Amino acid sequence: MQGRLSTRVSVPPTQNPRPGTATDAVVDVRDVHYAVGARPIFAGLDLRVRRGRITAIMGPSGTGKTTLLRLITGQISADRGQVLTFGQDVAQLRGREIYALRQRLGMLFQNGALLTDLDVFENVAFPVREHTDLPEPLIRKLVLTKLQAVGLRGAAELMPAELSGGMARRVALARAIVMDPEVLIYDEPFVGLDPISLGFIQRLIKQMNQALGLTSIVVSHDVGELSAIADDSYLLSAGRVAAAGAPAELRDSTSAAVRQFMTGGAEGPVAFHYPAPEYLAQLLADA
Amino acid sequence: MAGRDSFLLNGVRRVGATALFFGRLLMQCAPALARPRLIVSQVFNSGARSLIIIMLSGLFVGMVLGLQGYDLLQRFGSEDVLGSAAALGLLRELGPVITALLFAGRAGTSLTSEIGLMRATDQLTAMEIMAADPLRYVAAPRFLGGVIAMPLLAAIFGVIGLYGAQLIGVQMMGVDAGVFWSQTQDSVRLRDVNEGVVKSLVFGTACSLVAVYEGYNAEPTAAGVGLATTRTVVTSSVLILLLDYVLTASFL
Repeated sequence: MQGRLSTRVSVPPTQNPRPGTATDAVVDVRDVHYAVGARPIFAGLDLRVRRGRITAIMGPSGTGKTTLLRLITGQISADRGQVLTFGQDVAQLRGREIYALRQRLGMLFQNGALLTDLDVFENVAFPVREHTDLPEPLIRKLVLTKLQAVGLRGAAELMPAELSGGMARRVALARAIVMDPEVLIYDEPFVGLDPISLGFIQRLIKQMNQALGLTSIVVSHDVGELSAIADDSYLLSAGRVAAAGAPAELRDSTSAAVRQFMTGGAEGPVAFHYPAPEYLAQLLADA
Repeated sequence: MAGRDSFLLNGVRRVGATALFFGRLLMQCAPALARPRLIVSQVFNSGARSLIIIMLSGLFVGMVLGLQGYDLLQRFGSEDVLGSAAALGLLRELGPVITALLFAGRAGTSLTSEIGLMRATDQLTAMEIMAADPLRYVAAPRFLGGVIAMPLLAAIFGVIGLYGAQLIGVQMMGVDAGVFWSQTQDSVRLRDVNEGVVKSLVFGTACSLVAVYEGYNAEPTAAGVGLATTRTVVTSSVLILLLDYVLTASFL
């Protein structure tokens, strides 16, 4: 059904897995280093996103998943290493070129990021009006088609403030696909949704990928939801790829760190306690 | 010592960053003019919604001017020139300055918090990802709206202020109406009108720039947006009074 990756589950820091070949990689992250101030976010990150597949990028909070998306879309550039999106080195692009690149991308933000001064219809129409001179009746048809795809054609006249969290995310999804992008990026699409909305979003991601021939990148820490839809997955930890492969392979990993994350175990390399002085000593000292 | 250094450095850095931002903003103003609807709605937001506060303040400032002016002038037996004193004071000084201070408090803060919240809720980032420059779509129309609204508000402030001065001077204190108005007409020259217009344009530009800049660069948190809003009022107010001195000196 799906061309299996030549995946191995490996453990950092000895080796970074490099599944996929350069030719079908839509996004190619090569040995990227990035630091915010003195705090390193990435130290030698390597990963590929292959055309037509759903790639999950997982990791505990604070591992720089969102930073990775900002690198891919050219909002920030790496301190060292290369990020190739559609084969172009994002850091080398300027002004218009970066906007041309972004027109081939769609992105779904965690909270939807709908423009609060426009209604649902105008929000979805915004990129169309911005980038094309299509006549009004055509824009109307286009927007209604996309709203129908996410099941919210009836909500076209509502303002963003009147939508629930799950609805806002679906409107944002309609907006992200209205210009028919080649790659769709989802930033934490499952956070804070009730089970029904979560199921909607999950199905939509899968459907969009198949029906529109998209390449999807899903950044999330919801292992269960992701495993059900992802073709490839990467687990980030300490600025590198800790493991890569199909979700099932990650679950069967022999690495304690990978297993702890995939199963949500309290015991493992990631400690529950933030580093602190010895408990008894501190209590007695304060007395 | 180190504290003062970094304070100075920070100040210089902010001035530099604001200047660069101003340059980028101006470049987006021409394309923004292609969407007049956005600008008109911002003139409404900044201008029309500030009307009540501007008109009320104008009336009271004019009435105080009438009272104080009459009291001072009648000591020298020259209460006849009350009209020209009030008109010149309002046109050249009080109109632009007080309008700008009120504008910074009413419209500037709302611009800053609105743009800051758009930043905090990823709306500006979303536009960038959609390959739409938020400077063009969000910042430039709001900036232009403010620049257009300020002189109009200052003019309204001046007219209502003069009416307030007349209300006290003529209706209450008994200055002759004919003398009041003819003095007003005689003493106001085109130069004085120009001074008022230039001042209100400059203040409008400064206030709108500060408000848009602070909002655009606000830290995307509740505390950050609050801080940016406060900074808008403080920076605008100081800037208005400073620029007022410079402009007054250059006009005299």
